[in-house]
Amino acid sequence: MNQARTSGASWIARVWPLVPVVAALLFTSGLLLLFHASPGEAYRAMWDGAFGTPDKILSVVAFWIPMVLCSVGLLVTFTAGLWNIGVEGQIVLGAICASWVALRLSGPAWLLIPLEIGAAMLGGALWAAIAAVLKTRGKVNEIFGGLALNNLAIILTNYLISGPWQPPEGGTFRGTAPFQDAALLPRFLESRFSPLSLVLAGLAFAAVFFILRGTTWGLKLKALGKNPHSAFLLGVSSERETVLAMMFCGALAGLGGAVRVLSWFDSLRQSISGGIGFLSLLIVMLAAYRILLVPFIAFFFSVVLNGSITLQLKTQLHSALGGILTGVMVLFVLLFGSAKQLGIGKTRAGSGDAPEAIPAAPADSIAGDISTHARGGD
Amino acid sequence: MRVELRDIRKVFGAVKANDGISLTLESGKIYALVGENGAGKSTLMKILSGYQPPTSGEILLDDQPVRFQSPADALAQGVGMLYQDPLDMPPFRVIDNYLLGRDSRLVLDYKTARDELAQLAARYGFDIDPNATIDSLSMGQRQQLELVRLLAGGAQVLILDEPTTGISAEQKEILFESMRRMTNEEGKTVILVSHKLEEVQELCIHAYVLRRGKMVGGQSLPCGNELLVEMMFGHMPQRSRRPLFQLGQPVLELRDVTISTYELTVPDINLSVRAGEVFGFAGLEGSGQRLVMQVCAGLMAPSKGQVYIGGQDVTGWNYHRMQAHGMGYVAAGRLEEGLVAGLSLTEHLVLARPEKQFFIDWKANETEMSQRISTYQIVGRPETTADALSGGNQQRLLFSLLNTPLKLLLLEHPTRGLDVRSADYTWQLLYQRREHGTAILFISADLDEIIAHSDRIAVFSGGRMSRVVEAAQTTAEELGHLIGGQA
Amino acid sequence: MNDSQLIAVLASIVLQASPLIIAVCGEILTERSGIVNLSLDGTMLMSAMTGFVVGMQTDNYWLGFLAAAVVGAIFAAIVAFGSIRLGQSQVAIGFVLTLLGDDLSAFLGQNYVRMTGAVVPRAGIPLLKDLPILGPILFNQNIVVYFAILLIVATWWWLNRTQAGLRLRGAGERPTAAFARGVDVNRVRYLYTILGGALVGIAGAAYSLNVKIGWSDGHVRGFGWIALAIVIFGGWSPIRGAFGALLFGATKALATVLQRAFPEVSVVAFNAIPWALMILVLLAVGSDYTERFIEVMPRRWQRPLRRILRVSPPMALGTAFHEG
Repeated sequence: MNQARTSGASWIARVWPLVPVVAALLFTSGLLLLFHASPGEAYRAMWDGAFGTPDKILSVVAFWIPMVLCSVGLLVTFTAGLWNIGVEGQIVLGAICASWVALRLSGPAWLLIPLEIGAAMLGGALWAAIAAVLKTRGKVNEIFGGLALNNLAIILTNYLISGPWQPPEGGTFRGTAPFQDAALLPRFLESRFSPLSLVLAGLAFAAVFFILRGTTWGLKLKALGKNPHSAFLLGVSSERETVLAMMFCGALAGLGGAVRVLSWFDSLRQSISGGIGFLSLLIVMLAAYRILLVPFIAFFFSVVLNGSITLQLKTQLHSALGGILTGVMVLFVLLFGSAKQLGIGKTRAGSGDAPEAIPAAPADSIAGDISTHARGGD
Repeated sequence: MRVELRDIRKVFGAVKANDGISLTLESGKIYALVGENGAGKSTLMKILSGYQPPTSGEILLDDQPVRFQSPADALAQGVGMLYQDPLDMPPFRVIDNYLLGRDSRLVLDYKTARDELAQLAARYGFDIDPNATIDSLSMGQRQQLELVRLLAGGAQVLILDEPTTGISAEQKEILFESMRRMTNEEGKTVILVSHKLEEVQELCIHAYVLRRGKMVGGQSLPCGNELLVEMMFGHMPQRSRRPLFQLGQPVLELRDVTISTYELTVPDINLSVRAGEVFGFAGLEGSGQRLVMQVCAGLMAPSKGQVYIGGQDVTGWNYHRMQAHGMGYVAAGRLEEGLVAGLSLTEHLVLARPEKQFFIDWKANETEMSQRISTYQIVGRPETTADALSGGNQQRLLFSLLNTPLKLLLLEHPTRGLDVRSADYTWQLLYQRREHGTAILFISADLDEIIAHSDRIAVFSGGRMSRVVEAAQTTAEELGHLIGGQA
Repeated sequence: MNDSQLIAVLASIVLQASPLIIAVCGEILTERSGIVNLSLDGTMLMSAMTGFVVGMQTDNYWLGFLAAAVVGAIFAAIVAFGSIRLGQSQVAIGFVLTLLGDDLSAFLGQNYVRMTGAVVPRAGIPLLKDLPILGPILFNQNIVVYFAILLIVATWWWLNRTQAGLRLRGAGERPTAAFARGVDVNRVRYLYTILGGALVGIAGAAYSLNVKIGWSDGHVRGFGWIALAIVIFGGWSPIRGAFGALLFGATKALATVLQRAFPEVSVVAFNAIPWALMILVLLAVGSDYTERFIEVMPRRWQRPLRRILRVSPPMALGTAFHEG
């Protein structure tokens, strides 16, 4: 009898992670039926859109790369207990800095490209540093600081596009003048995919993997994220590490911006970040903050989102369906994951099989940044 | 109102916070509830005031058994508690704070509330502006308000938890007057939870003493402090035989150090601890010893005076700098203030290393941690997470992470929550450090421990440090006096 | 610009700001209870779409508002439930819902783009609307504007003059003390989060039925974030929040005017003002400069100044509460 119960419980434990995924598919299928569309047809259209032709596959890969860059960067900030909502702005600043090099300097590709990459990483890092210092010195929560900086970055982009960097035939508000060929990342055939960017993404992934697993700095961030007070007593400076972590993520996000502006596009555009920053936050949440899952989930996102564009072309259904599928999946994982953690059925925590809970997101400490009352809390 | 507690038990997991406590309180009298920290006083009072339910046992008011759903419910039935940190709303105005939860009428009646407050102020002798915000008031004023709110809410039984910590002498007098008036003229019942034996003797007619979750007994007051001290701490322990040790030069020196915080001012501390010496800080929690220790650790700066470690003026140095200079600090909350739940033992070792390398050599660190595990007899493996260890092993882990040699080792409650064996082993480890010339300064609420292990002792009471006594020569009486606040 | 033009601009600012005011009041109620509903942007998009579609299908804008309120309440309920019952991060859930709301509204509303539907008609208040200056600005508007004005007053009154308001504020400032006073903290949080969400829903519909009529992709994108920002720099007070919303509207209107006056200064400078302002105010909140500033003021002014300039967040904002 005992046997049956334990095997029953562990069966549920193994199957449980799939429940939110299945639920999300059901939800999306339900929406499709609402619109008198066949889910099978829709998913097939999405599949075609992603894998139908070699060109499409390359697009999926090209879109995937900036997301990987941002996601692994966000893993660093999440480890330190930070909600780096400002990642969108950091992508934009990276794109802007790379664009500056592309438009204002000239030279051969082997000179321009490293300069662009360096500029982009620097720009993203500095933009992130602003949000970080606002937090550590100004006690401005990084969510709102990041939010404001995101918008300021977009405003800056629009200014550049319609002003100093406008195309010679006049401002179209769509994008700047196209970049010189030498500035662009070398592309594979006629696609938007640049093998160089894949190398960069691979390096970033390896760097983050190594940092989090094999360096003292990564360990300091981990301690900081779990227990800032104990971390302090163990010698970790919260201010220093917060700023460094944010700058590191900003640099990678900036790099993602460079990839966007130098291979996906050929000029600085209005929505250069393409929502990639926010998508990366979702990717990391869905991956339960595990680095090995991140590239796969990012790829899944890229498949779904790119496939949705074809979906729209083929079936007249809005491409937002892709975003719905991925978004609902993350939501259900957040909701179902915790529900399991709290014990559906009467067995409370502390029983034999510890549930594979979603690691907790950084604590909400919106008011905690501001200690308005001199005496500590309760 | 007559209050009776019958066989109250409260269990938290394996811990018996209250283990079958019974007592009776008659109306019109002021009672004292005393005991060292961890004795179960606040648990018991939280149960009586409705904040948490007992695991078993009964509460009777005027011989009627009652059950409280919440503190508000308890107040409605006549029992109110004034916490050491009053449960008020700092950003609210006085008048809004007074009105919250007062009744269920939708619209706030400011006029009536103002009148009520004025009346109560006159009756109990204080003067507070209804439009001031709570966080602009002093602790004494906040207490007065909370007291008044409880009385206006119909409290017949009032529990006061350490009310005189952090208020001025004048406010204390007003408070005592109110307490006398409440009981003598209005027949209310008052319970004073306090460690200030002097005040307990002054005000109360009877004391109940708790120790380790049990009711030790009652004592009518006034009486000699030693009687109470003996009931609170048990018999005076024999000093354990310890190897003699040759003490060295002074390592830690505090000169005219004064520390001021919102709650407490600790004036004129002069202290010197020598290499190899074990110095104990006694006294009940909140009396200032933790503040002094935090200043020594660089977690807080003194408002006046100088701190020297090893002859070097370290006044105003921050924690990390002091750490680098040979100071070690082990806080009381092992998991909250020292270890990181979720990190393994090896990971803690990597973080605690004084010279940090960029790349972690996991193999080497694991081996090192294994060595320390066996040296410190920690039950656990290098990959075990800190929160999976038992309390005693967490303490050993914290010690294993300290640098060697240290000039100064500061410990807060080093054996709190440990069984006898672990506590003994902890002290063996500490004695070993003396060989390196480490000066050891520790806080403990356990008088047994203080007497058994210290070379010299200082007692803290109400923010003041007593004269320093030699452990080998002190008596129960002397310590009792010092703890009670008498010179 | 002559007088009647100025009045027209002011009236337009009030009209444009009304939905924002409604959303800000709703979120103030939510945050004062201790919960952050970060999903505002997504909620407003969904409710704008829903309000428009239902209003169009039924040719009845009241039903549109009702449907929008329900949508807002549902989004808020998910945040509350996820946080209180499931212990999840409010920020995480709110953030996902923001993005979801955007996508869901785009998808579900795809067949209704650029259609015409129910519109809230102008409804000037007789007599009042003929007052000089204030008349056309405040009283010759429509029910949304009147609702917004009433809501400011009602929210302020509820928070500051009722027992329920004290309990709400207590739950957000110091839940342990509120519990000791008999407040069911989690119930209060559920109630006001859902109520706040319903108001945000109404605000969304107020855009698509009133201010920015119709529906299109990403119609009201960004306003939810702005509402969140205004809650903060309005110091969690409905009156200052309303000022913030009007200020925001004014900077936009001013932008067009100043643009004509100073064509060289790009419009971006004006767009950036609200965000730069937000950062500055947040800095002021976190620093002690305000306190130092107040201390050098004459004694008599200190208390009222403190009241006006107090911008601290509810102390327990974003934290979980466990009884006992």
